[in-house]
Amino acid sequence: MAAFLDLSGISKRFGGVTALSNVDMTLEAGEVHCLVGENGSGKSTLIKIISGVQPPEAGGHILIEGREVTRLTPQESTRAGIQVIYQDLSLFPNLTVAENIAINGHFGAPHMVRWSALRRSAEQALAKIGVTLDLNAVVGSLTIANRQLVAICRALTADAKLLIMDEPTASLTRTEVNSLLNLVRALKAKGICIVFVSHRLDEVLEVADRVTVLRDGKKVGTYPASEVNDKKLAVLMTGKQFTYDLKEIDLSTRPVVLSVKDLTRQGEYENIAFDLREGEILGLTGLLGSGRTELAMSLFGMTRPERGEIQLLGKAITLRSNQDAINAGIAYVSEDRLTMGLVLGQPISNNTVVTVLQQLAGRFNLVPDATRQSTVDRWVKDLSIKVSNTENAVRTLSGGNQQRVVLAKWLARKPRVLILDSPTVGVDILAKDGIYEIVKRLAAEGVAILMISDEIPEVLYHSHRILVMREGRITSGHRPHETDEHRLMAAVNA
Amino acid sequence: MLELFNRLRSKNEFWLAVVLLALVVFFSLTAPSFFTIGNLNDLLTQNAFTGILCAGLIVVLIAGGIDISFTATASVVQYAAVTLANMYGMNWIILLLLAGALGALLGAINAIFVVKFKMHSIIVSIATLNIFYGLLIFITSGDYITTVPDYFYDGINWFEFQVGRRTYGINLQMALLFGSFILTAFILKATNVGRQIYAMGGNPDAAQRLGFSIFGLNLFVYAYMGFIAGIASIAHAQLQLNVTPTVLVGRELTVLAAVVLGGASLMGGVGTVLGTILGVSLLCVLQNGLVILGLPARWEGAVSGLVILIAVSASALEASRQANMRRAARKGQETGVAA
Repeated sequence: MAAFLDLSGISKRFGGVTALSNVDMTLEAGEVHCLVGENGSGKSTLIKIISGVQPPEAGGHILIEGREVTRLTPQESTRAGIQVIYQDLSLFPNLTVAENIAINGHFGAPHMVRWSALRRSAEQALAKIGVTLDLNAVVGSLTIANRQLVAICRALTADAKLLIMDEPTASLTRTEVNSLLNLVRALKAKGICIVFVSHRLDEVLEVADRVTVLRDGKKVGTYPASEVNDKKLAVLMTGKQFTYDLKEIDLSTRPVVLSVKDLTRQGEYENIAFDLREGEILGLTGLLGSGRTELAMSLFGMTRPERGEIQLLGKAITLRSNQDAINAGIAYVSEDRLTMGLVLGQPISNNTVVTVLQQLAGRFNLVPDATRQSTVDRWVKDLSIKVSNTENAVRTLSGGNQQRVVLAKWLARKPRVLILDSPTVGVDILAKDGIYEIVKRLAAEGVAILMISDEIPEVLYHSHRILVMREGRITSGHRPHETDEHRLMAAVNA
Repeated sequence: MLELFNRLRSKNEFWLAVVLLALVVFFSLTAPSFFTIGNLNDLLTQNAFTGILCAGLIVVLIAGGIDISFTATASVVQYAAVTLANMYGMNWIILLLLAGALGALLGAINAIFVVKFKMHSIIVSIATLNIFYGLLIFITSGDYITTVPDYFYDGINWFEFQVGRRTYGINLQMALLFGSFILTAFILKATNVGRQIYAMGGNPDAAQRLGFSIFGLNLFVYAYMGFIAGIASIAHAQLQLNVTPTVLVGRELTVLAAVVLGGASLMGGVGTVLGTILGVSLLCVLQNGLVILGLPARWEGAVSGLVILIAVSASALEASRQANMRRAARKGQETGVAA
């Protein structure tokens, strides 16, 4: 039997840039296929070609169920049963679950809405995946995980045979990821081909049959999922070997910078106690909702703990606002850099100096241009931020470089304590490595760093000590050289 | 009972109805001439122009746009249609259709700039408002038309009945007012186009990805607003028995305020016909009641503005209360799962 989709010799150029070069790929019915690659590797271009949004260059062949398609349009792609669920899910937050699922019923003749037929088709789609949702609930009021179910149901009502999911696990908790993976297994059993486009690999590898790796627009290869793991994939995706050794580093003689005792805020975290020493990277991990971000918010003065004490260099301090925290030398790089860490429309330069305007100010409280520019230039160079012009908007940078700008902004304040919340979210592997280098260098310079992350390898390979939080409490402490990924994972999920 | 109340309290319409009812009760008790059939007749007739326009603007707001050019459209159409009616003679049905068609043409111009040139609809409609109105004043030098078709004088009435010495009935203004709200409700609730308009207002990018005709929908929406403006202009002309080019422009913000008061979101995707009816009723009842109570006319604007501010803040507070509750519920779910 012919494969559901057979691509051969697919290339795509945009102006002088080659986005895809001679890529072959087959997708079988009932297969779970992962498409992986760094940002700019050509993943999205390939999906756009499969969904008919962009035509490939001449010479490529697209076969759907054995039949050659000469000009694949979005309409034709949909008719063939190809559905793409984009990362933003493309739902209508103001409409109900039923209407979102059955939105395709709003096209064509008859031009009147048949509400009962609409509800029925939504019910059927939900029944197909064995899920119950309130059909009358407005989609904007659902959790991300439930919204994803709605998006999947919508694809099913369009009779999907190939379901492409772009970064489906990016904003889900571990439990939600598990139920998504179960759903994928069920769809696979119905003969639907599912393509995961992802760079959080460990999770999707559990259900995948095959993995195709792209790098710089070329296909590196397609591998049976059983033969790869995320370390091997990282090498395939980047063409580089990353090894991190876990050697014991004893920092117990260094002075304690930040000391937390019995810190409690009802419903968020309880009885938190730890010491953070000069030059130490303390990893803090736990599930979403375990209280790790809430704790960080209090350490940065955004919320007030109800009980307990925060000491800085042995002196108890009270943080009434983040201004107090900043003045005390605490910096916080937020998980959500796009909305909280950066002003996207503003130039890189302004984003970098925004925390130090007071210090740079000269006469009449004005910031001299030369001082401002030299500060910006120093940090851009120091953190090797790749920019053509520091007056470009931050929006124009890649995820990795944006994160460096956030770091620059805080480092300009010369903080004693740096809190990093999920510092490499949405950053690809090569750029991640660059960020780890910066973090380690800062520690070597004496900054005390609290690194919060839900990626186990991140805290394992890049911290001196690891704390695990669960349901608002610190449940265990680990030293990297005495543990491994599985043991840590077990502690997190215990 | 408590459950019913809890469900209702989350609805903007419920609070509007409560406030409207309270106003009606208050004015009925304080002003004897308020709760009379005569005043109801005046309320509907005098405010029909504003009300009809609300039925058009709600569609634009739901689609995620905004239009303030419709009063200029109405002025142009009123002048042109009545002039043509005087020249060629036409019955009121033809006159209405002509006015609607002219209005739709003018309204459609907005859609072209909004979609094809990707300009913000507020900028486009400020520009078209000034162009339409400017040209009208230039061409007419602001002169009135005092000749109107004969049937304007006779009035157009249905179901007439006698109370005391006055005759009441459904007049042209009321018929067009009810008619436009019914038409809008039908389009929004029962047709594919209406549902696509809601969807596009809620998430324009997704609508485009799903293959909605963004230009077609916007063309429909702005042309419909123009059509409604044309209809409203005839209702206004028949009531005034003349055409004055300068009296309509300036009322667009009252219409916008009424629709927003009715719960439509300026962000698009949200709004109902019932809410709009309640919003415009609230505003008109308030103004009418204050006049009957003898509040000096110069206070009217300030009091209306204050009421809009209070009502809109109240529903914003309610919305954020609901959002907080949802967040709390979601949080509970997540930690519950993790436990």
